[in-house]
Amino acid sequence: MAEYKLRTPLRNEDVEKLKAGDIVYLSGVVYTARDAAHKRLVDLINEGKELPFDLEGAVIYYVGPTPPKPGEVIGSAGPTTSYRMDPYAPILIERGLKGMIGKGKRNKEVIEACKKHKAVYFGAVGGAAALIAKAIKSAEVIAYPELGPEAIRKLEVEDFPVVVVNDCYGNDLYEEGRKKWEQQ
Amino acid sequence: MRVVKYEDIVKAIRDMIIYSTTHLAPDMKKALEEAYKNEKSEVSKAVLKQILDNAKIAEEEWKPLCQDTGLAIFFVKVGEDVKVEGGSLKDAIYEGTEKGYKEGYLRASTCDCFTRANLKDKIGYNLPPVIYFDIVPGDKIEIEYAAKGGGSENVSRATVLAPAAGKKGIIEFVKKVISDAGPNPCPPLVVGVGIGGSFDYAAVMSKHALFRDIGTKNPDPELAELEEEIKKECNKLGIGAMGMGGTETVLAVHIETFQPGRMCHIASLPVAVNVQCHSSRHAHITI
Repeated sequence: MAEYKLRTPLRNEDVEKLKAGDIVYLSGVVYTARDAAHKRLVDLINEGKELPFDLEGAVIYYVGPTPPKPGEVIGSAGPTTSYRMDPYAPILIERGLKGMIGKGKRNKEVIEACKKHKAVYFGAVGGAAALIAKAIKSAEVIAYPELGPEAIRKLEVEDFPVVVVNDCYGNDLYEEGRKKWEQQ
Repeated sequence: MRVVKYEDIVKAIRDMIIYSTTHLAPDMKKALEEAYKNEKSEVSKAVLKQILDNAKIAEEEWKPLCQDTGLAIFFVKVGEDVKVEGGSLKDAIYEGTEKGYKEGYLRASTCDCFTRANLKDKIGYNLPPVIYFDIVPGDKIEIEYAAKGGGSENVSRATVLAPAAGKKGIIEFVKKVISDAGPNPCPPLVVGVGIGGSFDYAAVMSKHALFRDIGTKNPDPELAELEEEIKKECNKLGIGAMGMGGTETVLAVHIETFQPGRMCHIASLPVAVNVQCHSSRHAHITI
C-alpha cells in the first residue's frame, strides 16, 4: 500500500505506477458529472460534437453536491455510487479519460477499459462529504446549469484523499480486501 | 381536545431536518467509535477515521454530513385527542420538509421517475416526503424523521419465504442482501429487518426498525439472539468500511415483527431488509 501525491491531468506513467489499495492525494482540476451529464457527454460524442471540457488525461468525480451556503465554495460533496455511470464510462475512457472518482463496484466493461486504455478508478469515502469539501478550493459550473446538482462543474482540488480501487492491471481492491478478511 | 398550531409543526420539522442532517446521531457516533477501535484492517480503519473526522467538521460547521440528504421519511403517530389548527398535519409536514431542505442548504434529491427531471419549482423542494400515519391514544403528535440516502436504499430487498425456510432462511436471505451489496451502500451498516405481516408491511417494518437506537436489545430474547446471529454472519463477509475489506461491516441488526408478537399469514414468511449507511440521520420529536 503506497501513498502518492498526483496532479491532474494524469499521464500514462502516473496511472501505470498505481496499484489497487494505494492511497492518492489528488490536486489540480477535476470535473464533476453524474448520470444525466454522462448521458449528454456520450450523446455529444455520438453526434461528433465538441465536449464542454478536454477529456485527455481528465479525472471525473461522480458527485452531486448540496447547494453552497453564502460564502462557501461548495456544499457537501461526497461520492455517489459509480455503477450508474458504467454504461457511459468505457466510451469516455477510450477518448482519453484517465481517472474516475466514486464509490462502489464497477462492471467488467469499465475494468477492461481501464486495462486497455490505462485508466484508474478511485474510491472516495462515501458520506465523508463535509471533509472532502475542504479539499475543494474552487468550483465553477461549466455546462448544463439546468441540471442543478448534476451540472458539470470544474473543481480545483488540493490533496483530495482517494484510494485506488481498480488499477490498470485488472486488480480490484473490493475483491482483494474482502477475500483477505472473509471467514468461512 | 388539545390544539396544536400548524406553524409550530412546520417549524419543529424544519429545525429537526436541519439539525439531524448536520449532526450525526449520537448512537451511530458511538458505534462508529467502537468500530474504529475494533477494526483489524488498516485501510478500513483509515476510512473509519475519515468518517469520524467528517462528523466533527459537519457538526462544527452545520454542514451536511453527506451530500445525499435523502428522501424525507416520516413515521407519524397522531393522538386521538389532538387537533391541528390552521391547516392539515400532512400539509405542515410538506411545508416543514420544504423549508428544512431549502433553508438548510440541503440537496433537492427528488425527480420524475422517467424524465429524471428535478421538479423542485413545480412540485416543491425535495418534495414529496414519504409519510406513514398511525392513530394512537393520547393528545400528542410523535414524529420520527429520517433522511434516507439512495445508495443504501438501492440495495434493500424484500421477499416472501416459504414458512419452512424458518430462521435459517431469514439469516441466509439477509446475508445474501449484504453480500451482494458489497461496498455500494456505504458500510459500516445498520440493517433493519422486517419479519411477518404482508409483503409490503415487512418492508415498512424494516425501515422503521432503523429508528431503534444502536446498542439497544430487542425485547424478545429469541429475536435479540437472532439479531446477534445475523450480525455475526454478515461480519464474516469481510466487506469492511466502504467495502475495502475488514472486520466491521454491520454495526447492528434491528428486527421488527408484526405485532402482537410476530405474526403473519399461515402460508407466508415475509422478510424485508432495509439497509442504512453509516451516515445515519434519524431524529424524533413529540409535540
